[in-house]
Formats: sequence, C-alpha cells, structure tokens
Amino acid sequence: MSKTTQIKEEVTIKFAGDSGDGMQLTGTLFTNDTALTGSDLATFPDFPAEIRAPQGTLAGVSGFQLHFGSKKIFTPGDEFDVLVAMNAAALKANLGRIKKNGTIIANTDGFDKKNLRLSKYPDGEHPLENDSLDGYEVYQMPITKMTRECLKDSGLGTKEQDRGKNMFVLGFLYWRYNRSLDSTIQYLEGKFSKKPKILEANLKVLKAGYHYGETTETFTTKYKVKAAPMEKGTYRSIMGNQALVMGLVTASKKAGLPLFYGSYPITPASDVLHGLAAYKNFGVKTFQAEDEIAAVAAAVGASYGGNLAITGTSGPGLALKGEAIGLAMILEIPMVIVNVQRGGPSTGLPTKTEQSDLLQAMYGRNGESPLPIIAPNSPADCFEVAIEACRLTLQHMTPVVLLSDGYIANGAEPWKFPKAADIPEIEVNFVPARDGNEAEPFLPYKRDERHVRGWAIPGTKGLAHRIGGLEKEANTGNVSYDPANHEYMTKIRQAKVDAIADYIPAQEISIGPDEGEVLVLGWGSTYGVIQAITHELLAEGHSVAHAHIRYLNPFPKNLEAVLISYNKVIIPEINNGQLCKLIRDKYMIEVIPYNKIQGVPISNAELKHFVKGILEQAAVPV
Amino acid sequence: MDNSEPATRNPYFMSQLPGGGTVKLKAKDFASDQDVRWCPGCGDYSILKQVQSVLAELEADKDNTVFISGIGCSSRFPYYMNTYGMHSIHGRAPAVATGLKLANPELDVWIITGDGDGFSIGGNHMIHALRRNLDVNILLFNNQIYGLTKGQYSPTSEVNKKTKSTPFGSLDHPINPLALAMGADATYIARSMDRDPKHLKQMLKRSHAHKGTALLEIYQNCNIFNDGAFFTFTEKASKPETTLYLEHGQPLIFGPEKNKGIRLDGFKPTVVDLTEGTYTQDDLWIHDEHDQMKGQMLTRFFDDPRTTEDYLPRPFGVIYAEERPCYDDLLFKQLKAAKEQVGEGDLDAMIAGGTTWEIN
Repeated sequence: MSKTTQIKEEVTIKFAGDSGDGMQLTGTLFTNDTALTGSDLATFPDFPAEIRAPQGTLAGVSGFQLHFGSKKIFTPGDEFDVLVAMNAAALKANLGRIKKNGTIIANTDGFDKKNLRLSKYPDGEHPLENDSLDGYEVYQMPITKMTRECLKDSGLGTKEQDRGKNMFVLGFLYWRYNRSLDSTIQYLEGKFSKKPKILEANLKVLKAGYHYGETTETFTTKYKVKAAPMEKGTYRSIMGNQALVMGLVTASKKAGLPLFYGSYPITPASDVLHGLAAYKNFGVKTFQAEDEIAAVAAAVGASYGGNLAITGTSGPGLALKGEAIGLAMILEIPMVIVNVQRGGPSTGLPTKTEQSDLLQAMYGRNGESPLPIIAPNSPADCFEVAIEACRLTLQHMTPVVLLSDGYIANGAEPWKFPKAADIPEIEVNFVPARDGNEAEPFLPYKRDERHVRGWAIPGTKGLAHRIGGLEKEANTGNVSYDPANHEYMTKIRQAKVDAIADYIPAQEISIGPDEGEVLVLGWGSTYGVIQAITHELLAEGHSVAHAHIRYLNPFPKNLEAVLISYNKVIIPEINNGQLCKLIRDKYMIEVIPYNKIQGVPISNAELKHFVKGILEQAAVPV
Repeated sequence: MDNSEPATRNPYFMSQLPGGGTVKLKAKDFASDQDVRWCPGCGDYSILKQVQSVLAELEADKDNTVFISGIGCSSRFPYYMNTYGMHSIHGRAPAVATGLKLANPELDVWIITGDGDGFSIGGNHMIHALRRNLDVNILLFNNQIYGLTKGQYSPTSEVNKKTKSTPFGSLDHPINPLALAMGADATYIARSMDRDPKHLKQMLKRSHAHKGTALLEIYQNCNIFNDGAFFTFTEKASKPETTLYLEHGQPLIFGPEKNKGIRLDGFKPTVVDLTEGTYTQDDLWIHDEHDQMKGQMLTRFFDDPRTTEDYLPRPFGVIYAEERPCYDDLLFKQLKAAKEQVGEGDLDAMIAGGTTWEIN
C-alpha cells in the first residue's frame, strides 16, 4: 500500500506515561531531532514530584509536551494534535486536552485490568473498547509486547526489555514525521558506548518502531513539518537551567573571577548545581552545603574573598536564605541569588511552575533591604540574564536576585547562540593595596557617584578592616548606633539600588503600537503566550501591544511613560497579582490582573479570550 | 597547597607585591582602634589578649588573617582585631568561613563562636565544618549562658539551671561540645580556660599549627550572668583536684601533689591513688593524642565535681589530633585534575554544546 506525505504547519505532541516509562527522555530526543530539522519549537515537561510515583496511577503520570512548526512558535501549545499514552492513566489524565479529531497512540499493554483500576475507570469500562474515544483517530499498538518480542533473544530480563518500549514509540514517531534515526542513534551510541548489549537492544527497538510504521498498513500517512523562517545563524537546542549555567560560567570568565556556587539540592533548581559541577575545568567551585543557609552563607564568604559568588535555590530555600541575603545587602558585597520558582507556599507544588516569589524577592528580608531583581523570559534568555545579573552585582556591589521558574528551567527552545568573543567583558575593580603613606585613611564604605563602595578583599596589603551585620557608620564602616547615621545609611543603600535604573536599558515594546488601547505587560515565563496572542490580536486588527519587563527592581526609568501610553494595562501572571501590586504601588496606575495559579502556564486560548474581552469592552461606546 | 592559579585576579594580592615582607608586629599592633565593649571582668578580655599576643609571636601577617564570627558576646571579637574580620549572622560563621577559605585558601581563617552560636543555632554548620576539615581554627568561647540576650540558659548549661527563661529550672540535657565534635569526626579538639593564660596561649599556638579544622573549647567566665560556672576547674582551691592537664606521651596524672592518676581498668577509666603503693605511674593511661578511641573516652570525662562524688577530672589540652586531607586542598586538586582530564574550559565549545545546526 502506498503511503502519502502530508505537510503540516505546526504539530503539538504530548508524550505521556508512567513516571518510570522514560517519557522525558523520549520527548527530549524527539525535540533535539526536531530542532535539527530547522522547525521552531517550545517544550513543556510536566512530571510528578515523586521519583517513582505509584505505578499506573493518575498521580504517577509524567508528560512531555512539544509544539513545533514551520512558523514562529511561542508556547508549548494549549492542546495536542497527538497524544502518546503509554497506559490508561496517561490517557485519562490528558484526554481533556486533545484537539478535536486529534490522534491517540495507545499502548494497549498499558490498559489491562490493573491499569484500568489504578486509573480509576469504573468496573467494566474500557476506554479503548467503548465509544469514549469516538471522534479521535486512535492507534492501538501493543508496544510492550512488540518490544519484548523484538528483544526475546537479547539475553535481557523482562524488566530490562520493557525499558526499551519508549524507543519503540520514538522510532514510530520518527517514521510518522518523516525523520531519520541518525540523531538518536548517535546519542545512544555515546550513552551506551560501554554497554554494547544495552546499546544493541535500544537500537533494535528504535528501528522496530520505525519499521512498524513503514510496514503496517493501518498507517497510510506520514507528516512533514518544514523549517521555520528563522534568523540566519548557528543554532542549538537549549533548556533554561542549562542556559543559566552557561551564562554564569561565561560571566565568571568575562569578569576574570573564579565562580563559587553554594547550593543545597532543591527542585527545580538542582540542575543548576549539576550543570555547574560539571564545569570544574573552568575553575568553577561548586559547594553542596549542609543546608540552604550554609549555601548562601558560604557564598557570602566567597564573595568577601573576591570570587564571583552565586547561590541557587527555589522558593522555600529563598525563605531560609533571607537573613544571610540581608547580611550581604548591608555588607554591600556582590552575590547573585538564583531562584528557580515553583508552586508555593511552603513545600507547595515542587515540580510545577509559578511566579509567586516576586514579592518575596522584593520584600522577603527584615529591615529596609532593597535588592535589584531581574528575570529571564524564556529558556534561551537565561543565558543573557545570568550574565546581566553578574554584571549588576559586580558593578553595583549589591546582591541581585534572578527569578527564573520551573517552566523556563525545564522548557527547551532553539537558540541562536553567541560567540564568546562578542560578549563584553565585565569590569571589576578591587580596592588597591596601600602602604600606609596615603594622605587619606582607607574608608571601606566610601562611595562613588553611583553610591557604590569599593570591593576590598582579605589578603590585600594595608586594607585590614572589619565589616558586619551591625549598622555601619558612613565611610568608615565602624559600628554605629547613631540615629541620623542609620537613616542616612538606609537611604543611601536604597539610592544605590535605585541608581541602577541609570545603567539598564529603557523598557521596550516587544510588539504592537507605541500607544493604543491595551498594553499586555508581563515578566518572566509568560513571554511566549503574551507574544503569541498579541501577534494574533494585531492580525485581527486590535489596538494591542506587548511589553515584557526584565528589570523588576528598579524598573526601567521610562516604564511609567510606557504604561500611560495605553488606555488599559493587563498583567497576566502565574500568581495572585504580584507585579500588579508593584506597579500600582509605584505608579498609582490601575491595572487589570489576569491570574492563573494552577501550577501550569497560562494557555493561549484563555489569555486571548480575556484580552479580547477587554478590547471589546473598550470598543463599546459609553 | 596544590593551587595552580592565584585565587583571585586582584593585582594587589599580598604575595604579588614586590618585596612584600612584613615588619615584625607586637601584640598591640593586632588591636584595632575600636573600644572593647565587653563587660568589665569578662573572660573574653583574657582570650583577646592571648590571641593578639600569639599572632605577634607567630609573626602573622595581619593583611592575610581573617576573623569570622557569628552573633553573641564573643562574636564581637573581630571588631577588636586589627586584621580582616567579619561579624556575620547567628550561627553561620563556619559556613561563611568555608566560602572564604574556598575563595582564597591562602588566608589564615579563624572562626570565633560561643556555646549558643556554635552549638545551638549553628550546631549544624559546626558538625559539617568539622567533618569537612577545612584548614581553619575555631575558638569556642563556652560560658554556659546566653550573655548578649541577658542571661537565658544555653545548650551547654547544666540541667535545672534557673534563668529568666527557666524560672523553674531548665529541663534540657546539656551538649558536650567536644564529644559531639568527635562524633562529627573532628581532626583536632582541645580544651583550655580563660583563667590560665599560659595554657591558653600554648593551646592557641598548637591549634593554629594544626592542618585542618582545629576546635579549641575555651571555658570562659561570664561574670554577669553565670559567674563562677567553671570556678571548680579554674580556681586554685579546687583546680588541682578537678582538672587533668594532658600531655602527649605522658601518663594521666593530677592532684595537688601529682598524687592521683587515671588507670584503665578494661575499658573503664578509674582514679587511682599513687601514694598508697598499689599503683605507680607505670600503671597509668599514657596520653596518645592520635588515639581516636581514647580521645572519645577523654571527651566523656564530663562529670561535674560539685555534684558527682566519684568524678573523673576534666581534661585540658589537646585531646585528639589527626592528619586528614583538608576540604580546601581537595577542592583545588579536583579543579586541577579536571583541567588535566578534559582540558582548560573553552567558552565557545561549552556554549555550542554537542549538536548544532545552521539556518542559511
């Protein structure tokens, strides 16, 4: 039977299975191969907090969503064209988000009585056998059986054989989307170079999946998604935490300072620790501390000693670090605090995304302790923002908070990466040694025109001095309880942070008119969805623009002017309205919040519907 | 120290100064210009004086010496030293010092802490500092009370202590700091007291000479909130009966006339009278500061002579010392090995990663 190839502009696939089924790897490998075809893409891994949640249950479903296309792709997609369901629970958990007429690839071996019971289907109900999937294109494939059959002579046990079933799915999808197996073969050869038996088994199953598509008569159509019109250049696929790691290492080299990273394992920030630990050959010192407090305190010590000091964590860890961050703030030493946000409060939703630590970053310390805050808007943007955070901290002698989130951290996108030589150096000026013959005494807290003090590190001749968490006398840094001095020092530390506004770029409009009816204002990981809907609404003739804030404290100097150029400002956030509070407080401008607090990104459809509603209200004459 | 590159690129770093020799300093040169604000009569004065004097004798370089403290009376110490210093936050000095030492392993780092700072709020960091064994010195000022907050019982206070926060007596069993340190596999523990400056000075020098984390517990009198807590060990009348000064290779002897000794009866240390004729010095426990098992036992010489009849004397001196690789050395060795193994890091190669593609 002949097979036809159909061209698609965009496709969203959701890989879903038990958390031990290898869905994250399958998704990642398919994504990497997709990137090589030149399509644009965005991904969204979604996994349970438990490493091996109870097998076969709804709680144990792990998913990986990939949206790719021959046009600009902003988000991982609201709904799927294709759902790969490795078991009944994976189908049940995702059924609500498959597009009308979408495709379901079901591993029938994951739908036995036990699976149906664990995924809470009523007795006697079998979703593949009744009419519940009418309207979908359902492919039933005994993937586990076929994998076992394929490996029956491999000498591997059943458990090991079953681990290969994700390769069967991957092979099948490569066939369906008209791909070659090369990139995955190359990956497997590298990964299992010392385990030839496992390598052979994986390759065999991968090819079996591919050939299954080719030879089985049920499958008549292959699909092809062409390359997207992207800027010329060299690209790679990148995840947020990975980009963050590389940005920090790059900043360390550009500043000429050894990088010290103090951290305590916490989801979803641990990959930053893992990533940096692998770059010891760059002189990167990673320190896995005994707790969050030790991690930040060690970074304080390393900064005092003249290293580029970073500490990384997620929300609950930031809460624990608060006092030590306050110390770094009053000492006025450089340090970057990376917070890869997750669902809160308390332990909250460790593996889910949220933007709910903005106010914690802004206010979460005792006393008057303002800190600059900066946020990346996409996985690739983490690279640039990490370098910028290091530049700010080193040049303004203040700790800086970098707010990423779980969605950015684990999401992937193609990245047109820069050449190292094109990235500017970061100037660092330590206070020079003294021989005692200077006219003026050394004043550790003397400031320059930006209110920035010098970085005087132990080991420098003639600069021995004492610093600490007690209030300091201006200039000398000696302990002072003088009332007027305390007020002065409080204000000067605030002024130092405020002055950073003079050294950051003005707020730009990402897309849309410079003035008009509605401005959609975002920060962090909502960038993609706001871009997508603004493009669509502009195409539909609406007066709408998108601005995305990278610098959350201090705000860019022109931000107020930007905001008042529109009749209405909508702020979508994955929290209960935190940027709204900051904007209202600072500018006394009324803004319209759009909040989603479900541990998942805002969908294209819901946000578009909301913004359209506001635009249409405006169109009604009063 | 296998540190292949300078720890910082500060062009003014000490070792890089032309002819960077130092002038011989006196004890008073290590005193800062700040007024010392401890209560008159506080045991901290004695410790401060001995540290300043020891640094002078060691010909320490004040620009290469750093004191890191937490919070509490003792933690004001760095302000009074004319060296580098940081008065950090409560309990965290060991962690701050760890980062500092890893940033610049050439620094001579001293941690100043107290019984509350080091063994209550900062107990966790203490344990981990000891097991990691960075090359730093820890001076534990133990006064068995919270002084700066005006007299609450501390984790080393005896049971049933009546303080402002425990008007009916405290219930908590006290921490034995040196026993805890042995549990954390400390490579060096020693004990001294504020009222024996000569011994204190000797112990400060010994602790400083130890390569690794050296924990020196100093019994320090808080004459305001816990006056006389250690008098049984420090005052002339009772001291000979209650204290045991340890010397490596020497038998455990104490008493007003050196008339008592400690003998091991199986695993049980027993006090014996050397004048009766039953036992001689040859029968006694010979102190071996490298013996971890016996070191553990010595930390358990923890009776209170005021309340225990058959008490063992409290040991002072170096209880245990061993050589074990330091975390800071290991880290720099690992950095060097990584470079040798995979080559000096190349930014462009890192950024490009494994797989790239061209859009033309």
